[in-house]
Amino acid sequence: MTLGSWLALFVALIGAAEIVRALRQRGLKHERWRRFFRNRTTSWGLGILVFLVIVAIAAPLVAPLDPIKQHDPVHLKNLPPSWTFILGTDVFSRDVWSRVVYGARVSLGIGALGALVAVSLGSLVGAVAGYYGRRVDAVLMRGVDVGLALPRIFILLMAVALWDGLPFVTLALAIGLTSWFGTSRLVRAEVLSLQQRDFVVAARALGAGDGRVIFRHVLPNAAAPIIVSAALGVGNVLLLEASLSFLGIGVAPPRPSWGNMIADGASSLYTAPWTTLFPGLAISLVVMSLNAVADGLRDALDPREEGGAA
Amino acid sequence: MTTETPGGGGALLRVRDLKTYFVTEHGKGTARAVDEVSFDLYPGETLGIVGESGCGKTVTSLSILRLIPEPPGHILPGSLIEFEGRNLLALPAPELRAVRGNQIAMIFQEPMTSLNPVFTVGDQIAEAAIIHQHLSRGAARARAIEMLQLVGIPDPGERVDHYPHQLSGGMRQRVMIAMALVCHPKVLIADEPTTALDVTIQAQILELLGRLQKELGMAVLLITHDLGVVAGHADRVVVMYAGRVVETAQTDELFDHPTHPYTEGLLAAVPRIDAPRARLHAIPGQVPAATAWPTGCRFRPRCPYAWDKCLTEPPLLETGTPGHTARCWLVTEPARRQASR
Repeated sequence: MTLGSWLALFVALIGAAEIVRALRQRGLKHERWRRFFRNRTTSWGLGILVFLVIVAIAAPLVAPLDPIKQHDPVHLKNLPPSWTFILGTDVFSRDVWSRVVYGARVSLGIGALGALVAVSLGSLVGAVAGYYGRRVDAVLMRGVDVGLALPRIFILLMAVALWDGLPFVTLALAIGLTSWFGTSRLVRAEVLSLQQRDFVVAARALGAGDGRVIFRHVLPNAAAPIIVSAALGVGNVLLLEASLSFLGIGVAPPRPSWGNMIADGASSLYTAPWTTLFPGLAISLVVMSLNAVADGLRDALDPREEGGAA
Repeated sequence: MTTETPGGGGALLRVRDLKTYFVTEHGKGTARAVDEVSFDLYPGETLGIVGESGCGKTVTSLSILRLIPEPPGHILPGSLIEFEGRNLLALPAPELRAVRGNQIAMIFQEPMTSLNPVFTVGDQIAEAAIIHQHLSRGAARARAIEMLQLVGIPDPGERVDHYPHQLSGGMRQRVMIAMALVCHPKVLIADEPTTALDVTIQAQILELLGRLQKELGMAVLLITHDLGVVAGHADRVVVMYAGRVVETAQTDELFDHPTHPYTEGLLAAVPRIDAPRARLHAIPGQVPAATAWPTGCRFRPRCPYAWDKCLTEPPLLETGTPGHTARCWLVTEPARRQASR
């Protein structure tokens, strides 16, 4: 580790803490965000996520070494953590810390992009099914049943087999396209109850068309479950990417992702546990943080908590 | 206000033989919520529709703009809702949307739930103007402020950015009125606009509606169960019972000479400040279920005058004096009324 990367890491840590503190300060004015920060775990989760995002963005500053460079495959492989290689080296003599840092870009990126695709598609299908009802609903929901019944990993295996070495964006899309079924059911249920509400009838009485009613009057009122499912979705997509990469069909090496780092290190689990431990820890940390934030969002956005004036 | 005969000439809105039925679940049959309802609405007048809960008032008003939830509900073929010579029931969806909110607008019973909680009132008032007149955001906002001013909300420049939960019930109803009137419609359907409000606010809202009606020259279809509201604000009245029109007359005529026994009962049930205090009259029994209206006259089981003809033959709308019709055999056999007293 160089002094520069220690400094960058330190700045990232302080920055994350400051951002959370500032958000908290501002949030105290609003009932809704007070509920969000009520739980200490949520603040920690948010802090960790912000920290990791900063690290991912500033990867070249935080990582002291090239994540792909094999320093000396004979003499420097599987070294335990030391001052030079803070988290040790892997079987190809690459710096584990630098790979974890650059892996954050790939893993968080796929998680965010995949969840975005999944939640958008799920909301759209759910809203259309719930709003139009009848035959449209029946057809779409039977499709969703099929999607839920098929094991996702096999669909992805098939897709990957067709492409061979998926580019980053395609992988994220493929994961997103197979992850929206649950969200669509959730949104459909929400839309079914919302469209009986008076303000939806009132909007139609004003001459609003279907698209306007769905996107302006129905979906914004279903925002709470959609946002929560997005937060949880990022974690799920990230785990899925890790499993795919572990199976060797996710992110193509030598590009580091937390999943393929675990796959690379799996063979030397006994002799060099640090090669798998740290990417594994990173995955757990992100998923736990996302769950904590999702819990906080659920508290903040739950209309039942909305006290009279709020 | 108008003296035209109820033949429909010159009417802005003509409703003829409107039948809106609902298919109930569990095979209990068809609820004939609105059954052969006919009336006319003339330019500039206020037509009151009165009746108890469940008599089909709201379904009638929703049917006019085709807002009945379908699957369960459907408007039967043969019904006619004619607005300025066009049958709204036969209009393709885009043309119908161009009528909704633009030429015929509606305000709802519950100001608490009829506003979208996630948008500011300004956004919601501007919505119809953006849809129908394609105003820019800035122009729409200016229009929203203007409308808030028109409906008597103080500080419109500030209120325009408030969310519905920041307003009181009366203010929300004013916002609803502003939303409905933003395109200066020719017809305003007000479905129990004051039922959810307390009495002083009720009076203010009705006064506001009356003032705006004169200023904008629109016709109002005022749906209510409150005869006091009708007496004070309607030019003509349609009394509904069990999905049917049972009596139509000028307001004064209706209050002075009620013909249908149901109207009589309703009027007798209004507490009077100028009469000696006595037990309040109530019409015996309840409105029957819409899936099983009684045979013959639908009011027969609750009618003090009913005789055997009422059991077998459903009465027709008979004209007594000009402009005053009632669906009762007593119109043709007035002697019976005295006999049973």
